[in-house]
Order: sequence, then C-alpha cells, then structure tokens
Amino acid sequence: MSLLSVEDLTVRYGDNYAVRDLSFAVTRGESVGLVGESGSGKTQTALAILGLLPANATTEGSITLNGRQLLGVTEKALNAVRANGVAIVFQDPMQALNPFLQIGQQLSRILLQHKLGKAAEARARVLEMLERVGLPDPGRQYAAYPHQLSGGMRQRAMIASALIAEPMLLIADEPTTALDVTVQAQILELLADIRKETALLLITHDLGVVAGHCERTLVVAEGGLVEQGATREIFARPQHEHTARLLAAAPRLDRAGVPAGSPGETVLEISGASVVYADRGRRSLRAVKEVDLTVQAGETVAIVGESGSGKSSLVRAALGLVPLHAGRIVFCGAALHGRAQNRSKKIRRGLQLVFQDPAGSLNPQMRVASIIAEPLLVHEPDLTAEVRRERVASILEKVGLGAGYLQRYPHELSGGQAQRVAIARALILSPTVLVCDEAVAALDGTVREQILALLREVQAEEGLSIVFITHDLSVVRAISHRVLVMYLGSLVESSENAALFAGAAHPYTKALLQAVPVPDPEHAGGKATLAGEVPSALNPPSGCTFHPRCQHARDICKSEAPQQRLVGNTTVACHFAEEIGGQ
Amino acid sequence: MLSGGILGGIVMLAIIGPLISPHDYLQTNFDNLLQRPGLSGAHIFGTDDLGRDLFVRAMRGVQITIVVAIVASAVSLVIGVAYGAIAGYVGGRVDAVMMRFVDTLYALPFIFFVILLMVAFERNFLLIFVAIGAINWLDMARIVRGQTLSLREREFVEAARLTGVSTARIIFRHIAPNLLGVVIVYVTLTIPQAILVESFLSFLGLGIQEPQTSLGGLVDAGVNQMEGASWMLLIPAGLLATVLLCFNFLGDAMRDIFDSRSAR
Repeated sequence: MSLLSVEDLTVRYGDNYAVRDLSFAVTRGESVGLVGESGSGKTQTALAILGLLPANATTEGSITLNGRQLLGVTEKALNAVRANGVAIVFQDPMQALNPFLQIGQQLSRILLQHKLGKAAEARARVLEMLERVGLPDPGRQYAAYPHQLSGGMRQRAMIASALIAEPMLLIADEPTTALDVTVQAQILELLADIRKETALLLITHDLGVVAGHCERTLVVAEGGLVEQGATREIFARPQHEHTARLLAAAPRLDRAGVPAGSPGETVLEISGASVVYADRGRRSLRAVKEVDLTVQAGETVAIVGESGSGKSSLVRAALGLVPLHAGRIVFCGAALHGRAQNRSKKIRRGLQLVFQDPAGSLNPQMRVASIIAEPLLVHEPDLTAEVRRERVASILEKVGLGAGYLQRYPHELSGGQAQRVAIARALILSPTVLVCDEAVAALDGTVREQILALLREVQAEEGLSIVFITHDLSVVRAISHRVLVMYLGSLVESSENAALFAGAAHPYTKALLQAVPVPDPEHAGGKATLAGEVPSALNPPSGCTFHPRCQHARDICKSEAPQQRLVGNTTVACHFAEEIGGQ
Repeated sequence: MLSGGILGGIVMLAIIGPLISPHDYLQTNFDNLLQRPGLSGAHIFGTDDLGRDLFVRAMRGVQITIVVAIVASAVSLVIGVAYGAIAGYVGGRVDAVMMRFVDTLYALPFIFFVILLMVAFERNFLLIFVAIGAINWLDMARIVRGQTLSLREREFVEAARLTGVSTARIIFRHIAPNLLGVVIVYVTLTIPQAILVESFLSFLGLGIQEPQTSLGGLVDAGVNQMEGASWMLLIPAGLLATVLLCFNFLGDAMRDIFDSRSAR
C-alpha cells in the first residue's frame, strides 16, 4: 500500500486553477522528484498535502497518508498528522526558522508540542539530531540563533527540525535553490542519506537535482501531471514533449555553446583592482583583492564564484557603483576614476548593466516605452520624440518583443519578458561592454536558454563585449569565451572555456565542477567534494585562502599565498596546480 | 465604500444645507432660545443659547473642520514628501542635518507652541493651518524618508543612476511615483488626525473664534449647555465622530487597495 496517495487533486483560486486533477502516490521509503517550471503547481501541491493552503483556495479530490484523509479535515486532526506523518523543508530557511528562538529551543518545542518526549530527554534528542544532520559542534549550535548560522547550516537545522518527530514522509520544496552549488551538493547528500528513514518528495525546477537523488520522477506543467516514471526511464526516453523540452533546456556542462565572433582589441582592462568595504573604520572587509581582468571587443568573459567571492563587487567597481580601493581601470583607452556620477557621458554609455532581478530593475510606475527611452533622454537629448519612439520600437523588436508591449507596465510582463526589456534598455545606447550580473539566475530553464540565445545573437550582430557574472557553471559553459573563477575576493583560475571544462587546475574549480548536478542519472554529478562553507571575508584564512577546505592542502598553503602562474592552458593560483591539474 | 458614501453625503449637505436654509449661521433670535430639535419645526436641529439655527451652524462647522483638515494635510503632504524624499535620497550629512531639524521640531511642546502663536499674532484662520501643518509634516517627512531609503537601493534606481539620469529627475520620476501608495494612505489617515487637533484647539478656545465655528467649537458650546440642552452637545459630537470614523475607514480601504497593488 502506498504511503501517500493523491487522487484527482484540484486547487483553485476562483477560476484560476493552480493544480488540476493531479494524481500520484509515494510508497514507504521511496524518493520521488516533483519537477516543473515556476507556476506549474508544485508548491501548491505540497501546501495542499500539509493543509497549509491560504483560506481563499478551493480544493477537490483526496489526499491520504497511510489511509487517513488529509483534505478537508479539522486543524486538530491535521496537527496530529503533521508531527510524525509529514514534515516539510522550505526553500528559505531564514524565513522558516523563528529568529527569536535558539535552534535547540525550536527543535525541542516540536518534541514537547507533540508529546514525543519529556522535557528532560528533549535536549539529548535534539543534540543527537543536530549531529545527525551534520552540524559541527551541536552543543554550540543548540544555543545559536538562526542569524548566527550560515545559509547551509540553517538549512541543516531546518532539516533537523523536520526530522525530529520522525516523519514518514519528508517534503523538500526547492531545498537547495537558495544555496551555493557546493553547499547544495552537501545538502542533497544529507537528504539522500536520511532517506533510509523516511520517504522523500523532492520538489524542484532543477532536473539535475532529481537525476542524482530520486528513484521516480513526476513532471508537472500548468497544474497537471504530464509524465511519471522511473527517473532513468524519463531521462533516457521522455514520452511527453514537455519533458523533452525541459531536458533540452536543462543546464549541462557537456554541451558547449561557444558564441560566434572572434575577439578583437582590448576594450576594458582592470589591473590590480581591490575593493574594500569599511565599517566606519572599525573593521574592513576586503571584497576584492588585486584582481586583473581584460575584456576584448566581441568577447564574452564569465566570472564565476560562490556568494561572497567578490564577483559582483569587482564589476560594480568597474561601473563606478562602488569605489575602487586600489588598482586601475582602462576603458577604450581612457582611465576611469571615481563614481559613475562623475564619469563622462561617453564612458557611461559604453558600459551598461543588466541586473539579476528583472522585475526589480524596472520602475513599476513607468511603462515599457518610457523605461527604454530614458537613457536616450539623458544621452541624446536633441532627438525628436518621433525618432525616439522609432528607436525604442526597433530595439524592442530586436529583443524579441513586439510593439504591443510598449504601453505595458512591468507587472504585466513575465520574468523573461521583463529581462528582455532590461536588456533593451541597456542596448539602446549601443554600449561597448554589457555587464550581466546573474542576469539569468532568476529565470526558468527554457526562458534562460532564450535569453542566452538573445545575448549571443546581439553579440554576433554588433560585436558587443559581455562580462557575465554567474554562479552557474552551465551558463558559463554555454556563453563564454573565457572564464575567471573567484574565491574570497581573489582570482584562483582563469582560462579559455573549453580548457577549463576539459581540465581545471585549481582544486576549487575542480570541486565546483563536480558539485554541479547534471541531468543524467547515469553520471549524475552533484558530488560534495568540498566540506564546509566559504569563510568570512572579515577574517580570511592565512596563506592560500582556500586551504581550510582544500583536500590537497599542505603546510605551505597555510603560510604562503600562491602567485598566479600559467599551468598548461590555464592561469592558476595554486602551489600544486601541476599535480592537481594532471589528475 | 459605505464610509465614502456617508462622508460624501455629509459634505454635500454641509455645502448645500446653508444655501437652501432660510436661516443664517450668524443670525440670532432671542425669541427662540434653546428650541428642541424636531422635523416639524423650523429648526430641525433646534437652536442654541443665542437662538441661532443649529443645523446651519453644524453644517458651517463641518465645512470649516473639513477645509482646515484638508488644507493642513495638503500642506504637510507637499512639505513632508519633498523634505523626506530629498533627505532620504541625498543621504549622508544632508540627511543627518535635515532629520535632526525634524527631531528638534518634534521636541517642541505642541500646545505651548500654539498658545505662543496665538499670543504673538492675531488669532486667525491661517494660524490654525500653520500650527497643524507644522506638526503633521514631521510625520510625513519621516515616513517618506524611510520609504525613500529603501527605494534608493532598488535596482531600477541604480540603473537610472548608472545611465546618468539627474538627481532631480530620479527623485521626481523614479522615487516620488513609487511613494504614492504610502503617501495616499498616510494622507487619508492624517486628515482625521488634523480634524481632531483642530477640534481640540477649538474646544480649548484656541482655535476657530466666534462667531465663526467648527465642530470642536460647537462641542465646546454644547458642553456648557449640556444639562438643559443636550442636543447642542450630541449633534455636533455625533457629526464629528461620524466624520472621523468615515475617514479612518477610508484610510484602511486605501491601504488595502495600495497594499494589494504593491504585492502584485
């Protein structure tokens, strides 16, 4: 008999169907992946199982857990089930943990609330659980508040709180989406490990995550199930075209899409750049340390790193949004100084930026037409309204949106459309260098492919240079000529796209590559070869900043910072690059 | 919606009532002192201790009260939004100086300040606006500054700055329109506050002076006749309470509308 059985589940808000006639089952001890793009109804399904849907939702159908109906029963009956029947891990642990309670208190409350243990035993059981989910020094973490933990630690604490009542089914809703790739790999390994005790329903948009960790996969689209089956089967022989499309758009490392056009002369040169954030003189944080970067005309340079690597600070300094502490920036032969406000218009129009969050970078009170026209008002004030309108319409056409979008407000656009508008605004001044700061990170797989294709197209047509900041190596693989890998503010490796993916020389790059979940159940990737997390830049480790997490670290790494040098085809900062690169 | 309707009705009545009524709000009639209210008589709200028609006086009071409240709120709106947006957007030392000035004004005891104004200058209509406006714009400036601080960090403002859009244009084109929701909600909540302050001042005899009147002044007169002629207190007090309630509900409704819009 199946543990969880969902039959003809429908969730709707008025006439808007979030989930439509969805049926599936999860058996005891099984791990099932629920995959779909945003808006496909995956989270609504999870909330329906837990009885957490908002009051204005109407549900139909049936959900049974161990034969007990969960849909339409009283809050009291549900509470009994929630404790040791189902538990959930949400995407953002900071939101899900109570900021005013210590981790240990939150966990023991769950035990006491459900009368699963006496107060005296609770502490011991909580400590045991904290250790079980891999939190180092459980005694200290017990008394820690959520803000004192890092993102990965918080997610471990969240998993501990979900597991403490020994649920039969654990629902994980995008549990690793907010985490860095190396931490994601650690959390996924933890989830795979606890599977021995509980069934797992893993909700995600990332096919790579499912490929490595689920026995069965359900694919949903627009609230309905389009395909289900064994993970291997689905990945090898997708029956439904939607699944095939998702697979085609899934990020992969083995498919290079190196852009057209050959690099020309150097347009942007940054040498010895350092960025320091000072806290009123008390403490200073070196976000970027002596980084060199050159960009040639028509070239795409990708900067990769986990959060806190300083990749955004570096380009923000180049753009003049944060002050440069030391170093030199030369753009098209002219040295750049100071803040954006003090730079000449010619330089400003040559350097444009596309932000991560497409909705946040567009003024919600302005129409698309005025958003795109604004740079023209500043840089070419002599244009007549007629010419301006034509230019706006033609650039909108170029990014793949028709004239019908001119009068829309940003909230009337989808994420992909909004990002196209943001790109149009950046392109209308025909810049020399376009900086994309995680420009596709907030987008679904298929939309991401389209935006990357658009950037490649524009580059081929106009000989534009692109600096692409990303944490996603599959994006790097798809778009860049050259790749720079950053760790804790320093450049650890830089090389050509193909050379990097064929043989990375720095242990950090190697670990990053291994941690990427690959949508292929046969060689799934997603391996957690890096322990721990990025240390604080306020107090960086001595010598090579990577040494505490590096499995190859020896004594010299603790005392001496490695210099950049050429090893094989890549420039790398590691004492033992020759050995490691050869492995 | 209902509160909006009731409010509209009262305002219409306050405008039209005195025009069609045969009585004038200043006209005394010593043959007709303290007449009880009644639909059959010539005075539906009765008369006061000087024989003046209470309906016309009450309507006059509503007019004055609402005008004072709206003008005072408008004053606080214009000053507060401009001040708060500039302080918040420019930031740094300018912000610190501007906000310390606001803190200083906050520290002034309000009633003392009003009495001083009344003593120093002729008692007049304008002074009420100044006094109320001087208090209300401080709140508005603080709220707007807070909002601006968070808007300033939004990416669309950063994008505008990067393109080279001028500071003035950023404040008026990018910041101000996005403050609209908060500001409108806050203004609808400021109006009842201003009404209360005006009534309070008039009740103390510091506000609108006889023979002009406002709802606060009428309540004050009513209190003196409370034992013999309770209608003189109950009618203006009831009107005042109704108007205040309506504005508060309206403010809540506005907040719901704008909140859902910003959440979209």
